[in-house]
Amino acid sequence: MSAGGSNFDEMFDGDGRTRPAYAEYCRWFDAQPGDWLRRKNREADDSFRRTGITFNVYGENEAEERLIPFDMVPRIITAAEWRKVSRGIEQRVRALNSFLYDLYHRQEIVRAGRLPERLLRNNSAWLANMVGFTPPGGIYTHIVGIDLVRTGPDEFFVLEDNARTPSGVSYMLENRETMMGMFPDLFSRIAVDSVSNYPRRLARSLAACVPPAFTGGKPTVAVLTPGTYNSAYFEHAFLADQMGAELVEGSDLRVVEGRVQMRTTSGYKPIDVLYRRVDDDYLDPLSFNPTSALGVPGIMDVYRSGGITIANAPGTGVADDKAIYSFMPEIVEFYTGERPLLPNVQTWRCADKASLAYVLDNLAELVVKEVHGSGGYGMLIGPTSSKREIAAFREKLIARPSNYIAQPTLALSTCPIYTRAGLAPRHVDLRPFVLVSPEGIDITPGGLTRVALQKGSLVVNSSQGGGTKDTWVLKD
Amino acid sequence: MLGRTANGLFWMFRYLERAENTARLLEAALRMALTRDLETAEAEWRSVIATLGLRGAYQAAHTGYDGLAVWNFVLRGPSNPGNVRAMFGAVRANARIARTNISSDVWEAVNDNWMKLDALLARPVGQMAVGEVLGAIRRSGTQVHGAFDGSMLRDEGYHFARAGTFIERKDSTARILDMKYFLLLPSLSYVGSSLDTGQWEQVLRSVAGARVYSWLNAGQIEARGIVEFLVLDDRFPRSLAFCRNALRECLAALARTHGTEGQCHVLMRKADASLSQLTVDQIFEAGLHEYLVDALSRNAAIARAIAQDYRFHS
Repeated sequence: MSAGGSNFDEMFDGDGRTRPAYAEYCRWFDAQPGDWLRRKNREADDSFRRTGITFNVYGENEAEERLIPFDMVPRIITAAEWRKVSRGIEQRVRALNSFLYDLYHRQEIVRAGRLPERLLRNNSAWLANMVGFTPPGGIYTHIVGIDLVRTGPDEFFVLEDNARTPSGVSYMLENRETMMGMFPDLFSRIAVDSVSNYPRRLARSLAACVPPAFTGGKPTVAVLTPGTYNSAYFEHAFLADQMGAELVEGSDLRVVEGRVQMRTTSGYKPIDVLYRRVDDDYLDPLSFNPTSALGVPGIMDVYRSGGITIANAPGTGVADDKAIYSFMPEIVEFYTGERPLLPNVQTWRCADKASLAYVLDNLAELVVKEVHGSGGYGMLIGPTSSKREIAAFREKLIARPSNYIAQPTLALSTCPIYTRAGLAPRHVDLRPFVLVSPEGIDITPGGLTRVALQKGSLVVNSSQGGGTKDTWVLKD
Repeated sequence: MLGRTANGLFWMFRYLERAENTARLLEAALRMALTRDLETAEAEWRSVIATLGLRGAYQAAHTGYDGLAVWNFVLRGPSNPGNVRAMFGAVRANARIARTNISSDVWEAVNDNWMKLDALLARPVGQMAVGEVLGAIRRSGTQVHGAFDGSMLRDEGYHFARAGTFIERKDSTARILDMKYFLLLPSLSYVGSSLDTGQWEQVLRSVAGARVYSWLNAGQIEARGIVEFLVLDDRFPRSLAFCRNALRECLAALARTHGTEGQCHVLMRKADASLSQLTVDQIFEAGLHEYLVDALSRNAAIARAIAQDYRFHS
């Protein structure tokens, strides 16, 4: 079966021949009876529902839980492809950390004229409290998700950097568990790199960043969640469980004797490293949003005086900004002295007059995103939008051009999904997960593949009806 | 362990126990209604509502006491916030809160049964379905307890969960006994007199003790024997004595883990001192109702002390 069209299909080449990475899988797939595969497909859903791997959708009924659809055809990457991609990721993540350090210290990159100062001034994720402060171990982004898209055999682009609080890693792990449960024979036929020690690596990576106040012994690590109604609560509980860390909410925490402490059944106990899944804004009502009940009053003071490590560091969201993104090639070069191994997608900054004019002339062909947006909200996909939608978006764009960037509609690669009618190509992206600690940069082989389930759709976000796939990196 | 997590485990198992006990109460009433005349049946449904403390809420929504109305009200009535569907929602919500301290087996048993029951209780429960629904509720409890026994680490979380189970169970058995006693035995002179054995069997059935009681007593049904069985027989897992023993063990284990005792241990010892030597005759002499009211309030006080001693709330 061929994907056809101009998109790069990762399973089949233009003549409908199976690409080498998928050869063994396809041999296996073709040998399975159709009704057995159909049954397995239903089983997968049941298994996710039973384990409670759900997420809540904002704007829907309160506390409504949904499953992220899972597709049982794996997305396969060869060892050679992965080596190249992971080198590029490592370089980028290294640059991101140097960049964040520099932004909150001497701002050499601004002094050198390589980054306009206004990008920091207008950046709502910028935190004045972080200026001059160096987080424990010098690490800003303990956990990073780099969103990649593919357009050809050797062409991977970075679509987005998630340095704030990347989510989805629990799906990467559960997708693999589900696949191994459903198709054990596949894994005995094909050597796939393991992802299952991610929680252990995360625990180790966090424990390597203890604050100065740490008194020795085993560091106490806790995961801070906004609570059971949060869309990613399942993931927070999952990671805490797998790491053997406490899962805490703001109401469990209090500043006692210069440390952030949690209320246990035998009294208050200090936390050394807090993996927080609460946004900066809600972290400390004394420093940021005063109405927040999700955070801990005074935690920023404790942080700055060395009483706790917060992962990721407050203020890292600066780097998630899409206007900053457009400068990433310069940023990588500035801090590593190397050419970026992974290119950016071409990006027009609508704050520039010339770019804005180009974008307005070509709205129907472009993807326009909010600078601070995420999750696929508030964006325009020109080619699939109606004239009315485009006209409405044009007004928003003219009103606040600096709030937007635009990118070409990429010919995203496809990977087949399982449908009742057989395999059918759908667009995919990839979010590898990266751990950063003083011991080094650790990239889990593969990551989370998100897939647009509607034919022709380019939107892979789970909040917009996207699904996920297990991602295999083959062993050499 | 976090105080909030301990609270989650405690209430997860209280609600689980409450759902199961409520199902048993309804099952017993259902059987009664099927085998007796209309008047007795109505009295039985009325006593179910009274035992569950729902009289006000029920009467605000309904005029008569027929089975269909009562069980739908108890199981899923929108004007009854403490309905069984909501109880199971609370079991699951608390299991999610305590997710990092329960095994996957326990979580899956809770989640699986919640999905099943939530669907079963989404629509009115008719005459034909009610037996199946009540059985499913009871089996949910059995499955969760089974997963719990087979897979949970015996740390403090285990003991908080069990404390919740036995606090709730003791509360339920005492309430059922008190209500029936009040209805069936208006004056002390009835003790030992010939009784409506069907009604008393009903009491036993509500706490799943009918078969074992008649096996132990060769089918002899009498008030004194039943009260002795439900209050003092520490072999029967739903008797007050059994629940008190089990609770004592949980509290002792918590004291060992923490290396210190709290107010709940003081209260437990007090309860033991005044209750452990009692005979059924002494209970009847002083008044069963008074005894049960006292037991209920001691039980509630221990529950409050556990929450305080182990910092369930900030």
